[in-house]
Amino acid sequence: MYNDTEKNFLTHPKGIMSWLLTLDHKRIGIMYLAAILAAFAAGGFFALGLRLELLNPGKQFMDQDTYNKFFTLHGAIMVFLFIIPSIPAALGNFCLPLMLGAKDVAFPRLNLASWYVYMLGAMFCLYSLFSGGVDTGWTFYSPYSTQTSTSVISMTFGAFILGFSSIFTGINFIVTVHKMRAPGMTWYQMPLFVWGSYATAMIQVLATPVLGITLLLLIMEKVGGIGIFDPEMGGDPVLFQHFFWFYSHPAVYIMILPGMAIISELIAVHAHKKIFGYRLIAYSSVAIALLGFFVWGHHMFVSGQSEFSSMVFSFITFFIGIPTGIKIFNWMTTLVKGSICWTTPMLYALAFLILFTIGGLTGIFLGALGLDIQLHDTYFVVAHFHYVMMGGTVIAFLGGIHHWWPKIFGKMYNENLGRFAFCFIFVGFNMTFFNQFMLGSQGMPRRYHDYSNFLKTDLFERYHGFSSYGAMILGVGFVIILCYLVASLFNGKPAGNNPWGGLTFEWSTTSPPPTENFKDDPILKHGPYDYDKVLPKDI
Amino acid sequence: MESGSKSINKKLMMSTETTPKHREFHPHILPLSVYIGVGSALFILTGVTVAASFVDIGGVGNLILALLIASIKGSLVALFFMHLLYDNKLYALFFCVSLIMLTAFIVITMFDTMRRDGIYEQRSSPIQISADIYKNMQKHEE
Amino acid sequence: MENATQIELGRVNYHHHNPNLAHHFHDMEQQHESIKLGVWLFLVTEVLLFGGLFCFYAIYRAWHPEMFIEVNQLLDVKLGALNTLVLIFSSVTVALSIRSIQMDNKKQAVMFLAITIICAAIFLVVKYFEYSHKIHEGLLPGKYFANPDIAAVNPHIFFSIYFGMTGLHALHILGGMIFLTWVLIRTHMRAYSSSYYTPVEMGGLYWHLVDLIWIYLFPLLYLIG
Repeated sequence: MYNDTEKNFLTHPKGIMSWLLTLDHKRIGIMYLAAILAAFAAGGFFALGLRLELLNPGKQFMDQDTYNKFFTLHGAIMVFLFIIPSIPAALGNFCLPLMLGAKDVAFPRLNLASWYVYMLGAMFCLYSLFSGGVDTGWTFYSPYSTQTSTSVISMTFGAFILGFSSIFTGINFIVTVHKMRAPGMTWYQMPLFVWGSYATAMIQVLATPVLGITLLLLIMEKVGGIGIFDPEMGGDPVLFQHFFWFYSHPAVYIMILPGMAIISELIAVHAHKKIFGYRLIAYSSVAIALLGFFVWGHHMFVSGQSEFSSMVFSFITFFIGIPTGIKIFNWMTTLVKGSICWTTPMLYALAFLILFTIGGLTGIFLGALGLDIQLHDTYFVVAHFHYVMMGGTVIAFLGGIHHWWPKIFGKMYNENLGRFAFCFIFVGFNMTFFNQFMLGSQGMPRRYHDYSNFLKTDLFERYHGFSSYGAMILGVGFVIILCYLVASLFNGKPAGNNPWGGLTFEWSTTSPPPTENFKDDPILKHGPYDYDKVLPKDI
Repeated sequence: MESGSKSINKKLMMSTETTPKHREFHPHILPLSVYIGVGSALFILTGVTVAASFVDIGGVGNLILALLIASIKGSLVALFFMHLLYDNKLYALFFCVSLIMLTAFIVITMFDTMRRDGIYEQRSSPIQISADIYKNMQKHEE
Repeated sequence: MENATQIELGRVNYHHHNPNLAHHFHDMEQQHESIKLGVWLFLVTEVLLFGGLFCFYAIYRAWHPEMFIEVNQLLDVKLGALNTLVLIFSSVTVALSIRSIQMDNKKQAVMFLAITIICAAIFLVVKYFEYSHKIHEGLLPGKYFANPDIAAVNPHIFFSIYFGMTGLHALHILGGMIFLTWVLIRTHMRAYSSSYYTPVEMGGLYWHLVDLIWIYLFPLLYLIG
């Protein structure tokens, strides 16, 4: 069947319908990649709008209502349409079965359905965008969300539908990891990317249904006035926050765990060294996934919840730092005496270590009860979660794209341009967000469209100005990346099967892989990071 | 903790290890008496729980008793009808994790809702006169 | 590929011609176990979906115990108990239909599936009478509540929870009926046998979960007084 080596999953079979009806996890991964990049562009557009408005005090080009819609749409699109599906559904879909030596995920039809469900949810979000937008913030807090006349219903219904797509991916990954591993592959011979994706899938399956019922109840409250979130009807709006964060805090780990999973691969492969503390990294992924379920209340310290539960949540929040720290230290120890190649993916991995450490440590500040009163709803929080979500997940996502791009498309991009664009991203990101820590601790509240009548307006203007120019540099960086990656599809050099010298299964097949993934059933000869046993000439 | 997670992991590994031979499909058939026995137990327990609701034990006694009987019934359904007793224990593990998460969700949320007295004077405010609900009631009376 | 015999890791690996085996699975056992694990994970999501409503119930009951006790007298215990018995009976029959197909008794399997679906229909009809009675009395959720005879505060919240929980449960009954009807037709068309009956078993698992949720809903809503 595979006499013709030219027949890979990209070119065979041909035709648009063969893509739209494909059951191949690799094609579905690419379809997801296209969809989430479109969402990222839309979310980025709103972000640039926000930064331009804040460039100077006073009204620049949008009034406060438009501003409210902009930050809501930026948040909702980035969270629900981009970052939650980004790594699992795009890169995970492509890599996970390959890494396990499987022919496909366990349920290919469910996988395709998840993409269509994602598109359906995106349609609802788009509809709400064009029917007046939403101005509640991406968290849809009641009672404001039940009273505002903006199109909250279609946006929340869209997020409800997107939840199904996330659940489908999660179920698929868990079953694939349990049942589809290549013969002889034990749990501790799986690549760490798989461990991370498995932990993520566990959260997707356990947490997302609660978001589903919460958003349904919110819609019922808005349409039917069932009274459970409405204080005027004897209901309790703080309950909405409990329900919302029971999903959305674990969802933060849906966003970051796959990022950490990618970094484990990048560091081991591009430093050509056996990863330090394999089991600890694997266990810490699972520990983060489970602990992440019991800390949701740290978003609600000033919401009026009881002091007792604030205390409990703050206490557990500090524990999350332990498995996270274990990972960081293990990655750093892996780098020691490794033969580090300054490839683009490695640069992103190193950037992740720096940026995520800053993001994680400031998260510990915010978990402290007293300090949170001062910093809650200021730009300090904005800076913190952008350091984690963007400095963590998006940087890891970019690193992962650069790492697996040769495998996905069989073409090498221009490495020098890659390093050049990385400088834009790294400098632009820090310019945008580092000064927001100062901005927040000086008292600038988030979600304000104007700061002209503050005592510290001059100071705020300097910081905001820095931020806005940094955002533009960041935007330029993304455009450069897009340009050279697209260019590589047409004039890139053939990548070869294993350009980085990886030891996991996906590097043993051709680039791009054939539809059935492997010409012969793969046989496990060594562990995923056995750089101490496998000689470079054998790779 | 460490050894516990290790043993679970060992079990999981065992359960998914591909056996050397091509595996034929052998359904696990339970005798008819099991179904009839479990079914009658469920019928009887339904009667018991209804009867128990007419006896006032006081306090939360009735609630606890009703939940206890429901849990016995639920376990019977899960263990025998859903084959958890005979199947790979992995399914039971996942099912238990979902129940643990649910319990944690309810209990931790109630850390807040049951201990708000420190902040609010009332635990939950009664319906205000202006609420729509009273307008509806007036219509009903007319 | 289909006819190739490969020897690897000292084991013989050959592909059966079973038409029900999807190409990416190694054998029927792996396929059956994978689908079963997938269905169990789906049931996990169902538990947590209903879990949100159970959490609501717990919180509002703890806030207003006297209201719950007063209001739940308005529910009809007889109809609730009848529905419980009907659902338990349907759970037994769906389990027996799986047993029948495991023993290659197609006729019996179809009969038991039909009884299950009829039981589900009876459940929904009883539910319909209960609902129409509540609607007639003005015992409705939230702002539609219109019954002035109740002294306790916030009775409408009990009915929000009552209609929310039983309504979502009824939707699941409806979904189960549709799926089981499809399974029944396929069974009748001899699609399943003792060597392949995965959809029957999966339908059964789902149906047992719907029953299991009702086993908790019945005492929590009808009996606690």
